[in-house]
Amino acid sequence: MSRDRTWALRWSYFFLVLFAIFFLVPPIYMLITSLKTSAEISAATNPWWVFHPTLGNYIQLLTSNQYLTFFRNSAVVSVFVVAVTMLISVPAAFALSRMRFWGSATLATGVFLTYLIPETLLFLPLFKMFAVFNELTGIELINHWWILLIVYPTLTVPFCTWIMIGYFASIPKELDEAALIDGAGWIQTLVMIFIPVALPGLIAATIFAFTVSWAQFLYPLAFTTSADQLVLPVGIITSLIKGDVFNWGQIMTGALLGAAPPLIIYAFLMDYYIAGLTAGATKG
Amino acid sequence: MVDAAIRAEGVKSGARKRTSLRRMMQRKSTIAFFMALPLITLISLLVLYPAGYSLHLATLNKSMERFVGFGNFTFLFTRETFWMVVQQSCIFAITAVIFKALIGFVVAHFVHNIPAKGQRKWRGMLLVPWVIPPAMSCLAWLWLFDPSYSAFNWLIALFGGDPVPWTGNTYWARFSVILVNIWIGAPFFMIMYLAALKSVPEQLYEAAAIDGASWWQRIWYVTLPMMRNIIAITALFSLIVTFANFDIVRIMTAGGPIDTTHVFATWSFRVGIEGADIPLGASVSLFMVPILTVAAVFILRDITRRGNES
Repeated sequence: MSRDRTWALRWSYFFLVLFAIFFLVPPIYMLITSLKTSAEISAATNPWWVFHPTLGNYIQLLTSNQYLTFFRNSAVVSVFVVAVTMLISVPAAFALSRMRFWGSATLATGVFLTYLIPETLLFLPLFKMFAVFNELTGIELINHWWILLIVYPTLTVPFCTWIMIGYFASIPKELDEAALIDGAGWIQTLVMIFIPVALPGLIAATIFAFTVSWAQFLYPLAFTTSADQLVLPVGIITSLIKGDVFNWGQIMTGALLGAAPPLIIYAFLMDYYIAGLTAGATKG
Repeated sequence: MVDAAIRAEGVKSGARKRTSLRRMMQRKSTIAFFMALPLITLISLLVLYPAGYSLHLATLNKSMERFVGFGNFTFLFTRETFWMVVQQSCIFAITAVIFKALIGFVVAHFVHNIPAKGQRKWRGMLLVPWVIPPAMSCLAWLWLFDPSYSAFNWLIALFGGDPVPWTGNTYWARFSVILVNIWIGAPFFMIMYLAALKSVPEQLYEAAAIDGASWWQRIWYVTLPMMRNIIAITALFSLIVTFANFDIVRIMTAGGPIDTTHVFATWSFRVGIEGADIPLGASVSLFMVPILTVAAVFILRDITRRGNES
Protein backbone atom coordinates (compact mmCIF):
# COMPACT_ATOMS: atom_id res chain seq x y z
CA MET A 1 0.00 0.00 0.00
CA SER A 2 2.66 2.50 1.00
CA ARG A 3 4.89 1.48 -1.91
CA ASP A 4 1.95 2.12 -4.23
CA ARG A 5 1.54 5.51 -2.67
CA THR A 6 5.21 6.50 -3.14
CA TRP A 7 4.98 5.55 -6.79
CA ALA A 8 1.72 7.45 -7.23
CA LEU A 9 3.45 10.46 -5.69
CA ARG A 10 6.47 10.14 -7.99
CA TRP A 11 4.28 9.88 -11.05
CA SER A 12 2.28 12.88 -9.88
CA TYR A 13 5.42 14.98 -9.55
CA PHE A 14 6.72 13.75 -12.90
CA PHE A 15 3.57 14.80 -14.74
CA LEU A 16 3.25 18.03 -12.80
CA VAL A 17 6.74 18.98 -13.94
CA LEU A 18 5.78 18.17 -17.55
CA PHE A 19 2.63 20.28 -17.36
CA ALA A 20 4.45 23.09 -15.59
CA ILE A 21 6.93 23.17 -18.48
CA PHE A 22 4.08 23.30 -20.99
CA PHE A 23 2.35 26.08 -19.05
CA LEU A 24 5.44 28.16 -18.34
CA VAL A 25 7.42 27.91 -21.59
CA PRO A 26 5.81 30.95 -23.30
CA PRO A 27 6.33 33.42 -20.42
CA ILE A 28 9.86 32.14 -19.85
CA TYR A 29 10.63 32.45 -23.53
CA MET A 30 9.29 36.01 -23.41
CA LEU A 31 11.81 36.76 -20.67
CA ILE A 32 14.66 35.07 -22.59
CA THR A 33 13.94 37.02 -25.76
CA SER A 34 13.49 40.30 -23.92
CA LEU A 35 17.07 40.07 -22.67
CA LYS A 36 18.56 39.68 -26.15
CA THR A 37 19.82 42.19 -28.70
CA SER A 38 18.33 42.18 -32.20
CA ALA A 39 21.63 40.85 -33.53
CA GLU A 40 21.49 37.85 -31.21
CA ILE A 41 17.84 37.17 -32.03
CA SER A 42 18.55 36.94 -35.75
CA ALA A 43 21.77 34.94 -35.27
CA ALA A 44 21.53 31.18 -35.74
CA THR A 45 22.39 30.37 -32.13
CA ASN A 46 20.44 28.42 -29.53
CA PRO A 47 17.24 30.45 -29.09
CA TRP A 48 16.65 29.03 -25.58
CA TRP A 49 19.75 30.63 -24.10
CA VAL A 50 20.90 34.25 -23.67
CA PHE A 51 24.57 34.57 -24.56
CA HIS A 52 24.89 38.35 -24.16
CA PRO A 53 22.18 39.46 -21.74
CA THR A 54 21.23 43.13 -22.00
CA LEU A 55 18.57 45.38 -20.55
CA GLY A 56 18.60 47.48 -23.71
CA ASN A 57 15.05 46.58 -24.69
CA TYR A 58 13.70 47.53 -21.27
CA ILE A 59 15.56 50.85 -21.25
CA GLN A 60 14.40 51.65 -24.76
CA LEU A 61 10.75 50.92 -24.01
CA LEU A 62 10.64 52.62 -20.64
CA THR A 63 12.10 55.80 -22.12
CA SER A 64 9.89 55.73 -25.21
CA ASN A 65 7.04 58.19 -24.89
CA GLN A 66 4.79 56.01 -27.00
CA TYR A 67 5.05 52.93 -24.80
CA LEU A 68 4.60 55.00 -21.67
CA THR A 69 1.48 56.55 -23.21
CA PHE A 70 0.03 53.07 -23.80
CA PHE A 71 0.88 52.09 -20.26
CA ARG A 72 -0.64 55.23 -18.81
CA ASN A 73 -3.82 54.84 -20.89
CA SER A 74 -4.17 51.24 -19.72
CA ALA A 75 -3.60 52.17 -16.09
CA VAL A 76 -6.02 55.12 -16.13
CA VAL A 77 -8.72 53.12 -17.92
CA SER A 78 -8.39 50.12 -15.61
CA VAL A 79 -8.41 52.15 -12.39
CA PHE A 80 -11.45 54.18 -13.43
CA VAL A 81 -13.30 51.12 -14.66
CA VAL A 82 -12.68 49.39 -11.34
CA ALA A 83 -14.08 52.42 -9.50
CA VAL A 84 -17.14 52.70 -11.75
CA THR A 85 -17.75 48.96 -11.54
CA MET A 86 -17.69 48.94 -7.76
CA LEU A 87 -19.92 52.01 -7.49
CA ILE A 88 -22.50 50.36 -9.73
CA SER A 89 -22.34 46.73 -8.68
CA VAL A 90 -22.00 46.89 -4.89
CA PRO A 91 -25.20 48.91 -4.22
CA ALA A 92 -27.03 46.90 -6.87
CA ALA A 93 -25.90 43.60 -5.36
CA PHE A 94 -27.00 44.81 -1.93
CA ALA A 95 -30.40 45.85 -3.24
CA LEU A 96 -30.86 42.58 -5.10
CA SER A 97 -29.75 40.28 -2.30
CA ARG A 98 -31.32 42.03 0.70
CA MET A 99 -33.98 44.56 -0.14
CA ARG A 100 -36.09 42.92 -2.85
CA PHE A 101 -38.31 45.01 -5.06
CA TRP A 102 -40.67 44.28 -7.87
CA GLY A 103 -38.79 42.19 -10.42
CA SER A 104 -35.60 41.92 -8.36
CA ALA A 105 -35.37 38.14 -8.67
CA THR A 106 -35.72 38.37 -12.45
CA LEU A 107 -33.13 41.12 -12.52
CA ALA A 108 -30.63 38.99 -10.59
CA THR A 109 -31.00 36.22 -13.16
CA GLY A 110 -30.84 38.79 -15.95
CA VAL A 111 -27.57 40.16 -14.61
CA PHE A 112 -26.13 36.69 -14.77
CA LEU A 113 -27.39 36.20 -18.32
CA THR A 114 -25.81 39.46 -19.51
CA TYR A 115 -22.51 38.13 -18.20
CA LEU A 116 -22.91 35.33 -20.74
CA ILE A 117 -23.36 37.73 -23.70
CA PRO A 118 -19.91 37.96 -25.28
CA GLU A 119 -18.39 41.27 -26.37
CA THR A 120 -17.88 39.84 -29.85
CA LEU A 121 -21.65 40.06 -30.31
CA LEU A 122 -21.88 43.68 -29.21
CA PHE A 123 -18.93 45.52 -30.75
CA LEU A 124 -20.56 46.13 -34.14
CA PRO A 125 -23.89 47.52 -32.88
CA LEU A 126 -21.97 49.61 -30.32
CA PHE A 127 -19.73 50.96 -33.09
CA LYS A 128 -22.80 51.97 -35.08
CA MET A 129 -24.51 53.39 -31.99
CA PHE A 130 -21.52 55.64 -31.31
CA ALA A 131 -21.56 56.81 -34.93
CA VAL A 132 -25.28 57.66 -34.69
CA PHE A 133 -24.67 59.41 -31.36
CA ASN A 134 -22.02 61.52 -33.10
CA GLU A 135 -24.49 62.49 -35.85
CA LEU A 136 -27.14 63.46 -33.31
CA THR A 137 -25.07 65.37 -30.77
CA GLY A 138 -21.80 66.17 -32.52
CA ILE A 139 -19.84 64.47 -29.74
CA GLU A 140 -17.22 62.14 -31.20
CA LEU A 141 -16.89 59.02 -29.05
CA ILE A 142 -14.86 56.81 -31.37
CA ASN A 143 -11.08 57.09 -31.17
CA HIS A 144 -10.89 58.54 -27.65
CA TRP A 145 -9.45 56.40 -24.88
CA TRP A 146 -12.25 57.42 -22.51
CA ILE A 147 -14.80 55.64 -24.68
CA LEU A 148 -13.40 52.52 -23.02
CA LEU A 149 -14.63 53.83 -19.66
CA ILE A 150 -18.14 53.60 -21.07
CA VAL A 151 -17.88 50.14 -22.64
CA TYR A 152 -15.64 48.20 -20.21
CA PRO A 153 -18.19 48.26 -17.36
CA THR A 154 -20.47 46.11 -19.53
CA LEU A 155 -17.84 43.38 -19.19
CA THR A 156 -17.12 43.80 -15.49
CA VAL A 157 -20.36 44.91 -13.82
CA PRO A 158 -22.53 41.80 -14.43
CA PHE A 159 -19.98 39.36 -13.04
CA CYS A 160 -19.01 41.60 -10.12
CA THR A 161 -22.66 42.12 -9.21
CA TRP A 162 -23.21 38.40 -9.41
CA ILE A 163 -20.35 37.46 -7.08
CA MET A 164 -21.24 40.28 -4.66
CA ILE A 165 -24.82 38.94 -4.53
CA GLY A 166 -23.30 35.60 -3.56
CA TYR A 167 -21.13 37.11 -0.84
CA PHE A 168 -23.92 39.31 0.54
CA ALA A 169 -26.32 36.37 0.58
CA SER A 170 -23.90 34.47 2.83
CA ILE A 171 -24.06 37.20 5.52
CA PRO A 172 -26.51 36.19 8.28
CA LYS A 173 -29.82 38.06 8.23
CA GLU A 174 -29.57 38.77 11.98
CA LEU A 175 -26.69 41.14 11.32
CA ASP A 176 -28.61 43.63 9.20
CA GLU A 177 -31.77 43.19 11.27
CA ALA A 178 -29.77 44.22 14.33
CA ALA A 179 -28.40 47.22 12.47
CA LEU A 180 -31.87 48.29 11.33
CA ILE A 181 -33.29 47.94 14.84
CA ASP A 182 -30.45 50.12 16.12
CA GLY A 183 -31.68 52.77 13.71
CA ALA A 184 -29.22 52.47 10.84
CA GLY A 185 -30.54 53.31 7.37
CA TRP A 186 -30.10 50.99 4.43
CA ILE A 187 -27.11 52.88 3.06
CA GLN A 188 -25.51 52.89 6.50
CA THR A 189 -26.09 49.15 6.83
CA LEU A 190 -24.40 48.63 3.48
CA VAL A 191 -21.39 50.84 4.16
CA MET A 192 -20.80 50.08 7.82
CA ILE A 193 -21.72 46.39 7.96
CA PHE A 194 -21.95 44.67 4.60
CA ILE A 195 -18.87 46.11 2.94
CA PRO A 196 -16.52 45.33 5.85
CA VAL A 197 -17.94 41.82 6.30
CA ALA A 198 -17.87 41.02 2.58
CA LEU A 199 -14.43 42.58 2.09
CA PRO A 200 -12.85 39.37 0.71
CA GLY A 201 -15.55 39.28 -1.95
CA LEU A 202 -15.02 42.94 -2.67
CA ILE A 203 -11.30 42.38 -3.18
CA ALA A 204 -11.97 39.40 -5.44
CA ALA A 205 -14.40 41.48 -7.52
CA THR A 206 -11.92 44.36 -7.72
CA ILE A 207 -9.19 42.04 -8.96
CA PHE A 208 -11.56 40.57 -11.52
CA ALA A 209 -12.59 44.00 -12.81
CA PHE A 210 -8.98 45.14 -13.02
CA THR A 211 -7.67 42.10 -14.88
CA VAL A 212 -10.57 42.12 -17.32
CA SER A 213 -10.10 45.80 -18.17
CA TRP A 214 -6.35 45.42 -18.40
CA ALA A 215 -6.58 42.46 -20.79
CA GLN A 216 -9.46 43.58 -23.01
CA PHE A 217 -8.42 43.58 -26.65
CA LEU A 218 -11.44 43.68 -28.95
CA TYR A 219 -13.07 46.94 -27.82
CA PRO A 220 -9.91 49.07 -27.97
CA LEU A 221 -9.04 47.50 -31.32
CA ALA A 222 -12.44 48.41 -32.71
CA PHE A 223 -12.97 51.80 -31.05
CA THR A 224 -9.52 53.45 -30.93
CA THR A 225 -6.98 53.94 -33.71
CA SER A 226 -4.73 56.97 -33.10
CA ALA A 227 -1.42 56.02 -31.50
CA ASP A 228 -1.90 58.31 -28.50
CA GLN A 229 -5.30 56.85 -27.63
CA LEU A 230 -4.32 53.17 -27.56
CA VAL A 231 -4.12 50.91 -24.53
CA LEU A 232 -1.32 48.39 -24.06
CA PRO A 233 -2.49 45.22 -25.82
CA VAL A 234 -3.50 47.05 -28.99
CA GLY A 235 -0.59 49.49 -28.73
CA ILE A 236 2.01 46.75 -28.67
CA ILE A 237 0.44 44.92 -31.57
CA THR A 238 -0.10 47.91 -33.83
CA SER A 239 2.96 50.03 -33.07
CA LEU A 240 5.76 47.57 -32.35
CA ILE A 241 4.83 45.39 -35.31
CA LYS A 242 5.68 47.69 -38.19
CA GLY A 243 4.88 46.16 -41.51
CA ASP A 244 6.82 42.96 -41.84
CA VAL A 245 9.71 44.11 -39.66
CA PHE A 246 9.16 42.43 -36.33
CA ASN A 247 11.42 43.69 -33.57
CA TRP A 248 10.86 40.66 -31.40
CA GLY A 249 13.13 41.73 -28.57
CA GLN A 250 11.03 44.82 -28.00
CA ILE A 251 7.70 43.08 -28.61
CA MET A 252 8.49 40.46 -25.98
CA THR A 253 9.69 43.13 -23.54
CA GLY A 254 6.56 45.15 -24.11
CA ALA A 255 4.33 42.10 -23.69
CA LEU A 256 6.13 41.03 -20.53
CA LEU A 257 5.85 44.50 -18.98
CA GLY A 258 2.19 44.55 -20.05
CA ALA A 259 1.59 41.20 -18.36
CA ALA A 260 3.37 42.36 -15.19
CA PRO A 261 0.54 44.22 -13.37
CA PRO A 262 -1.91 41.28 -13.39
CA LEU A 263 0.92 38.88 -12.54
CA ILE A 264 2.03 41.02 -9.59
CA ILE A 265 -1.52 41.31 -8.28
CA TYR A 266 -1.90 37.56 -8.70
CA ALA A 267 1.38 36.86 -6.89
CA PHE A 268 0.35 38.89 -3.84
CA LEU A 269 -3.38 38.21 -3.74
CA MET A 270 -3.55 34.69 -5.16
CA ASP A 271 -6.24 33.48 -2.77
CA TYR A 272 -8.57 36.37 -3.58
CA TYR A 273 -7.89 35.92 -7.28
CA ILE A 274 -8.82 32.25 -7.12
CA ALA A 275 -11.84 32.97 -4.91
CA GLY A 276 -13.16 35.34 -7.56
CA LEU A 277 -12.48 32.78 -10.28
CA THR A 278 -14.36 29.95 -8.60
CA ALA A 279 -17.16 32.11 -7.16
CA GLY A 280 -18.95 32.39 -10.49
CA ALA A 281 -19.82 28.73 -10.64
CA THR A 282 -19.90 27.60 -7.03
CA LYS A 283 -21.88 30.43 -5.51
CA GLY A 284 -25.48 31.28 -6.19
CA MET B 1 -45.13 52.92 12.96
CA VAL B 2 -48.30 53.22 15.09
CA ASP B 3 -47.75 56.78 16.27
CA ALA B 4 -46.78 57.80 12.75
CA ALA B 5 -50.17 56.58 11.57
CA ILE B 6 -51.98 58.46 14.39
CA ARG B 7 -50.09 61.63 13.55
CA ALA B 8 -50.88 61.21 9.83
CA GLU B 9 -54.59 61.17 10.66
CA GLY B 10 -54.39 64.53 12.40
CA VAL B 11 -52.88 66.53 9.53
CA LYS B 12 -54.59 68.14 6.57
CA SER B 13 -54.97 66.40 3.24
CA GLY B 14 -52.28 68.44 1.38
CA ALA B 15 -49.70 67.59 3.96
CA ARG B 16 -50.84 64.00 3.87
CA LYS B 17 -50.07 63.80 0.18
CA ARG B 18 -46.59 65.13 0.81
CA THR B 19 -45.88 62.68 3.60
CA SER B 20 -47.15 59.81 1.55
CA LEU B 21 -44.75 60.82 -1.21
CA ARG B 22 -41.93 61.02 1.28
CA ARG B 23 -42.97 57.70 2.78
CA MET B 24 -42.88 56.16 -0.66
CA MET B 25 -39.41 57.54 -1.19
CA GLN B 26 -38.35 55.98 2.08
CA ARG B 27 -39.92 52.67 1.30
CA LYS B 28 -37.52 49.79 1.11
CA SER B 29 -38.38 48.78 -2.42
CA THR B 30 -38.01 52.32 -3.75
CA ILE B 31 -34.56 52.76 -2.22
CA ALA B 32 -33.61 49.35 -3.54
CA PHE B 33 -34.77 50.26 -7.01
CA PHE B 34 -32.68 53.42 -7.01
CA MET B 35 -29.64 51.50 -5.79
CA ALA B 36 -30.02 49.10 -8.69
CA LEU B 37 -30.85 51.83 -11.21
CA PRO B 38 -27.27 52.40 -12.48
CA LEU B 39 -26.99 48.67 -13.12
CA ILE B 40 -30.32 48.56 -14.93
CA THR B 41 -29.39 51.60 -17.04
CA LEU B 42 -25.99 50.18 -17.95
CA ILE B 43 -27.33 46.78 -18.90
CA SER B 44 -30.28 48.03 -20.90
CA LEU B 45 -28.39 50.80 -22.69
CA LEU B 46 -25.09 49.09 -23.45
CA VAL B 47 -25.95 45.38 -23.53
CA LEU B 48 -29.62 44.74 -24.25
CA TYR B 49 -30.15 47.64 -26.65
CA PRO B 50 -27.08 46.86 -28.81
CA ALA B 51 -28.03 43.17 -28.79
CA GLY B 52 -31.43 44.02 -30.20
CA TYR B 53 -29.95 46.70 -32.46
CA SER B 54 -27.67 44.14 -34.08
CA LEU B 55 -30.78 42.19 -35.11
CA HIS B 56 -32.04 45.33 -36.81
CA LEU B 57 -28.64 46.10 -38.37
CA ALA B 58 -28.46 42.62 -39.84
CA THR B 59 -31.48 43.39 -42.00
CA LEU B 60 -29.96 46.47 -43.67
CA ASN B 61 -27.82 46.85 -46.76
CA LYS B 62 -24.16 47.82 -46.66
CA SER B 63 -24.72 51.58 -46.56
CA MET B 64 -27.42 50.98 -43.92
CA GLU B 65 -30.06 52.91 -45.85
CA ARG B 66 -32.23 50.17 -47.21
CA PHE B 67 -34.07 47.28 -45.59
CA VAL B 68 -33.06 43.98 -47.18
CA GLY B 69 -34.79 41.51 -44.85
CA PHE B 70 -32.91 38.24 -44.79
CA GLY B 71 -30.72 39.38 -47.71
CA ASN B 72 -27.51 39.32 -45.67
CA PHE B 73 -28.20 35.83 -44.42
CA THR B 74 -29.04 34.40 -47.83
CA PHE B 75 -25.91 36.07 -49.19
CA LEU B 76 -23.82 34.44 -46.45
CA PHE B 77 -25.28 31.03 -47.24
CA THR B 78 -23.92 31.28 -50.77
CA ARG B 79 -20.40 32.12 -49.60
CA GLU B 80 -17.97 29.26 -49.23
CA THR B 81 -15.98 31.20 -46.61
CA PHE B 82 -19.04 31.38 -44.39
CA TRP B 83 -19.43 27.61 -44.24
CA MET B 84 -15.73 27.29 -43.57
CA VAL B 85 -16.11 29.74 -40.67
CA VAL B 86 -19.04 27.73 -39.28
CA GLN B 87 -17.04 24.55 -39.50
CA GLN B 88 -13.87 26.06 -38.06
CA SER B 89 -15.74 27.75 -35.17
CA CYS B 90 -17.23 24.41 -34.17
CA ILE B 91 -13.97 22.49 -34.50
CA PHE B 92 -12.14 25.23 -32.63
CA ALA B 93 -14.59 25.44 -29.73
CA ILE B 94 -15.40 21.76 -29.29
CA THR B 95 -11.86 20.37 -29.57
CA ALA B 96 -10.45 23.09 -27.35
CA VAL B 97 -13.08 22.63 -24.63
CA ILE B 98 -12.66 18.84 -24.62
CA PHE B 99 -8.90 19.07 -24.25
CA LYS B 100 -9.08 21.87 -21.69
CA ALA B 101 -11.45 19.74 -19.62
CA LEU B 102 -9.28 16.62 -19.94
CA ILE B 103 -6.02 18.38 -19.13
CA GLY B 104 -7.65 20.35 -16.34
CA PHE B 105 -9.06 17.16 -14.82
CA VAL B 106 -5.76 15.27 -15.02
CA VAL B 107 -3.66 18.13 -13.65
CA ALA B 108 -6.16 18.77 -10.84
CA HIS B 109 -5.79 15.12 -9.83
CA PHE B 110 -2.02 15.32 -9.77
CA VAL B 111 -2.10 18.49 -7.69
CA HIS B 112 -4.64 16.88 -5.36
CA ASN B 113 -2.39 13.81 -4.99
CA ILE B 114 0.69 15.57 -3.66
CA PRO B 115 1.07 16.61 0.01
CA ALA B 116 -1.09 19.60 0.96
CA LYS B 117 1.96 21.69 1.81
CA GLY B 118 3.24 21.84 -1.75
CA GLN B 119 -0.15 22.18 -3.44
CA ARG B 120 -0.32 25.95 -3.12
CA LYS B 121 2.99 26.44 -4.90
CA TRP B 122 2.06 24.15 -7.81
CA ARG B 123 -1.40 25.60 -8.13
CA GLY B 124 0.11 29.09 -8.22
CA MET B 125 2.53 28.12 -10.95
CA LEU B 126 0.02 26.25 -13.10
CA LEU B 127 -2.48 29.11 -13.18
CA VAL B 128 -0.03 31.58 -14.76
CA PRO B 129 -1.32 31.11 -18.36
CA TRP B 130 -4.77 32.21 -17.23
CA VAL B 131 -3.42 35.32 -15.48
CA ILE B 132 -1.37 36.71 -18.37
CA PRO B 133 -3.58 38.83 -20.67
CA PRO B 134 -4.30 36.65 -23.75
CA ALA B 135 -3.10 39.35 -26.13
CA MET B 136 0.34 39.27 -24.48
CA SER B 137 0.71 35.50 -24.30
CA CYS B 138 -0.47 35.11 -27.88
CA LEU B 139 2.44 37.31 -28.93
CA ALA B 140 4.81 34.93 -27.15
CA TRP B 141 3.23 32.00 -28.98
CA LEU B 142 3.43 33.89 -32.25
CA TRP B 143 7.14 34.33 -31.67
CA LEU B 144 7.55 30.67 -30.71
CA PHE B 145 5.80 29.80 -33.99
CA ASP B 146 7.78 32.30 -36.11
CA PRO B 147 8.32 30.96 -39.66
CA SER B 148 12.08 31.51 -39.71
CA TYR B 149 13.12 31.73 -36.04
CA SER B 150 10.70 29.30 -34.38
CA ALA B 151 12.27 28.07 -31.16
CA PHE B 152 10.19 24.89 -31.40
CA ASN B 153 11.54 24.19 -34.87
CA TRP B 154 15.04 24.68 -33.49
CA LEU B 155 14.38 21.91 -30.95
CA ILE B 156 12.82 19.72 -33.64
CA ALA B 157 15.84 20.27 -35.87
CA LEU B 158 18.07 19.28 -32.95
CA PHE B 159 16.45 15.84 -33.05
CA GLY B 160 16.69 15.73 -36.81
CA GLY B 161 13.06 16.58 -37.64
CA ASP B 162 11.75 18.83 -40.40
CA PRO B 163 10.60 22.36 -39.55
CA VAL B 164 6.86 22.62 -38.87
CA PRO B 165 4.93 25.43 -40.63
CA TRP B 166 3.09 26.33 -37.39
CA THR B 167 0.97 29.12 -38.81
CA GLY B 168 1.87 28.57 -42.45
CA ASN B 169 -0.59 25.98 -43.69
CA THR B 170 -4.24 25.36 -42.90
CA TYR B 171 -3.91 22.24 -40.77
CA TRP B 172 -1.02 23.40 -38.67
CA ALA B 173 -2.53 26.86 -38.25
CA ARG B 174 -5.78 25.31 -37.00
CA PHE B 175 -3.77 23.09 -34.68
CA SER B 176 -1.79 26.07 -33.39
CA VAL B 177 -4.76 28.27 -32.52
CA ILE B 178 -6.42 25.36 -30.72
CA LEU B 179 -3.20 24.57 -28.87
CA VAL B 180 -2.89 28.17 -27.66
CA ASN B 181 -6.52 28.16 -26.61
CA ILE B 182 -6.00 24.98 -24.60
CA TRP B 183 -2.90 26.48 -23.03
CA ILE B 184 -4.81 29.55 -21.89
CA GLY B 185 -7.98 27.76 -20.75
CA ALA B 186 -6.79 24.51 -19.16
CA PRO B 187 -5.59 26.19 -15.92
CA PHE B 188 -9.09 27.55 -15.33
CA PHE B 189 -10.53 24.04 -15.50
CA MET B 190 -7.73 22.85 -13.23
CA ILE B 191 -8.68 25.40 -10.55
CA MET B 192 -12.39 24.62 -10.78
CA TYR B 193 -11.85 20.86 -10.62
CA LEU B 194 -9.37 21.20 -7.79
CA ALA B 195 -11.97 23.10 -5.77
CA ALA B 196 -14.52 20.38 -6.59
CA LEU B 197 -12.09 17.58 -5.67
CA LYS B 198 -11.54 19.17 -2.26
CA SER B 199 -15.26 19.08 -1.61
CA VAL B 200 -15.59 15.29 -2.13
CA PRO B 201 -15.80 13.78 1.39
CA GLU B 202 -12.81 11.58 2.25
CA GLN B 203 -15.12 8.93 3.78
CA LEU B 204 -16.47 8.05 0.34
CA TYR B 205 -12.98 7.08 -0.83
CA GLU B 206 -12.38 5.14 2.38
CA ALA B 207 -15.62 3.25 1.90
CA ALA B 208 -14.71 2.55 -1.72
CA ALA B 209 -11.25 1.35 -0.69
CA ILE B 210 -12.78 -1.02 1.90
CA ASP B 211 -15.04 -2.42 -0.81
CA GLY B 212 -11.90 -3.09 -2.86
CA ALA B 213 -12.38 -0.48 -5.58
CA SER B 214 -9.42 0.12 -7.90
CA TRP B 215 -8.24 3.70 -8.51
CA TRP B 216 -10.12 3.69 -11.79
CA GLN B 217 -13.33 2.59 -10.10
CA ARG B 218 -12.84 5.24 -7.45
CA ILE B 219 -12.66 7.93 -10.15
CA TRP B 220 -15.57 6.51 -12.12
CA TYR B 221 -17.97 5.75 -9.25
CA VAL B 222 -16.99 8.36 -6.64
CA THR B 223 -15.12 11.34 -8.08
CA LEU B 224 -16.97 11.83 -11.36
CA PRO B 225 -20.52 11.58 -9.95
CA MET B 226 -19.61 13.98 -7.13
CA MET B 227 -18.08 16.47 -9.56
CA ARG B 228 -20.64 16.09 -12.33
CA ASN B 229 -22.23 19.44 -11.72
CA ILE B 230 -19.05 21.45 -11.66
CA ILE B 231 -17.64 19.62 -14.68
CA ALA B 232 -20.76 20.44 -16.68
CA ILE B 233 -20.99 24.07 -15.68
CA THR B 234 -17.29 24.77 -16.23
CA ALA B 235 -17.43 23.15 -19.66
CA LEU B 236 -20.53 25.19 -20.60
CA PHE B 237 -18.93 28.44 -19.43
CA SER B 238 -15.82 27.62 -21.37
CA LEU B 239 -17.84 26.67 -24.44
CA ILE B 240 -19.42 30.13 -24.46
CA VAL B 241 -16.12 31.93 -24.02
CA THR B 242 -14.27 29.76 -26.54
CA PHE B 243 -16.98 29.91 -29.14
CA ALA B 244 -17.00 33.70 -28.97
CA ASN B 245 -13.21 33.97 -28.76
CA PHE B 246 -11.53 36.74 -30.69
CA ASP B 247 -8.04 37.50 -29.33
CA ILE B 248 -6.29 34.23 -30.08
CA VAL B 249 -7.19 33.81 -33.74
CA ARG B 250 -6.88 37.53 -34.42
CA ILE B 251 -3.32 37.72 -33.11
CA MET B 252 -2.01 34.30 -34.12
CA THR B 253 -3.20 34.09 -37.71
CA ALA B 254 -5.61 37.02 -38.33
CA GLY B 255 -7.78 34.40 -40.02
CA GLY B 256 -5.19 33.27 -42.52
CA PRO B 257 -3.91 31.33 -44.39
CA ILE B 258 -6.63 32.19 -46.92
CA ASP B 259 -9.34 32.65 -44.25
CA THR B 260 -9.17 29.04 -43.10
CA THR B 261 -8.73 29.77 -39.39
CA HIS B 262 -11.40 32.47 -39.07
CA VAL B 263 -14.01 31.96 -36.37
CA PHE B 264 -17.28 33.93 -36.15
CA ALA B 265 -15.80 36.71 -34.02
CA THR B 266 -12.72 37.37 -36.15
CA TRP B 267 -14.60 37.11 -39.41
CA SER B 268 -17.30 39.51 -38.30
CA PHE B 269 -14.54 41.95 -37.29
CA ARG B 270 -12.90 41.54 -40.68
CA VAL B 271 -16.18 42.06 -42.53
CA GLY B 272 -17.76 44.62 -40.21
CA ILE B 273 -14.91 46.94 -39.18
CA GLU B 274 -12.16 46.35 -41.73
CA GLY B 275 -14.54 45.73 -44.63
CA ALA B 276 -16.83 48.56 -43.42
CA ASP B 277 -19.91 46.37 -43.91
CA ILE B 278 -21.46 46.56 -40.46
CA PRO B 279 -24.76 44.81 -41.37
CA LEU B 280 -22.99 41.80 -42.85
CA GLY B 281 -20.60 41.64 -39.89
CA ALA B 282 -23.54 41.80 -37.49
CA SER B 283 -25.24 38.98 -39.40
CA VAL B 284 -22.10 36.87 -39.06
CA SER B 285 -21.84 37.45 -35.32
CA LEU B 286 -25.53 36.64 -34.84
CA PHE B 287 -24.77 33.05 -35.83
CA MET B 288 -23.09 32.69 -32.44
CA VAL B 289 -26.43 33.23 -30.70
CA PRO B 290 -27.99 29.72 -31.05
CA ILE B 291 -25.12 27.85 -29.44
CA LEU B 292 -24.71 30.54 -26.78
CA THR B 293 -28.41 30.30 -25.95
CA VAL B 294 -28.29 26.53 -25.57
CA ALA B 295 -25.29 26.74 -23.24
CA ALA B 296 -26.87 29.60 -21.29
CA VAL B 297 -30.14 27.69 -20.80
CA PHE B 298 -28.29 24.71 -19.34
CA ILE B 299 -26.19 26.91 -17.04
CA LEU B 300 -29.28 28.78 -15.88
CA ARG B 301 -31.14 25.55 -15.19
CA ASP B 302 -28.29 24.34 -13.04
CA ILE B 303 -28.12 27.60 -11.13
CA THR B 304 -31.84 27.87 -10.42
CA ARG B 305 -31.89 24.24 -9.34
CA ARG B 306 -29.07 24.82 -6.89
CA GLY B 307 -30.78 28.02 -5.77
CA ASN B 308 -33.91 26.03 -4.93
CA GLU B 309 -31.96 23.40 -3.03
CA SER B 310 -30.28 25.91 -0.74
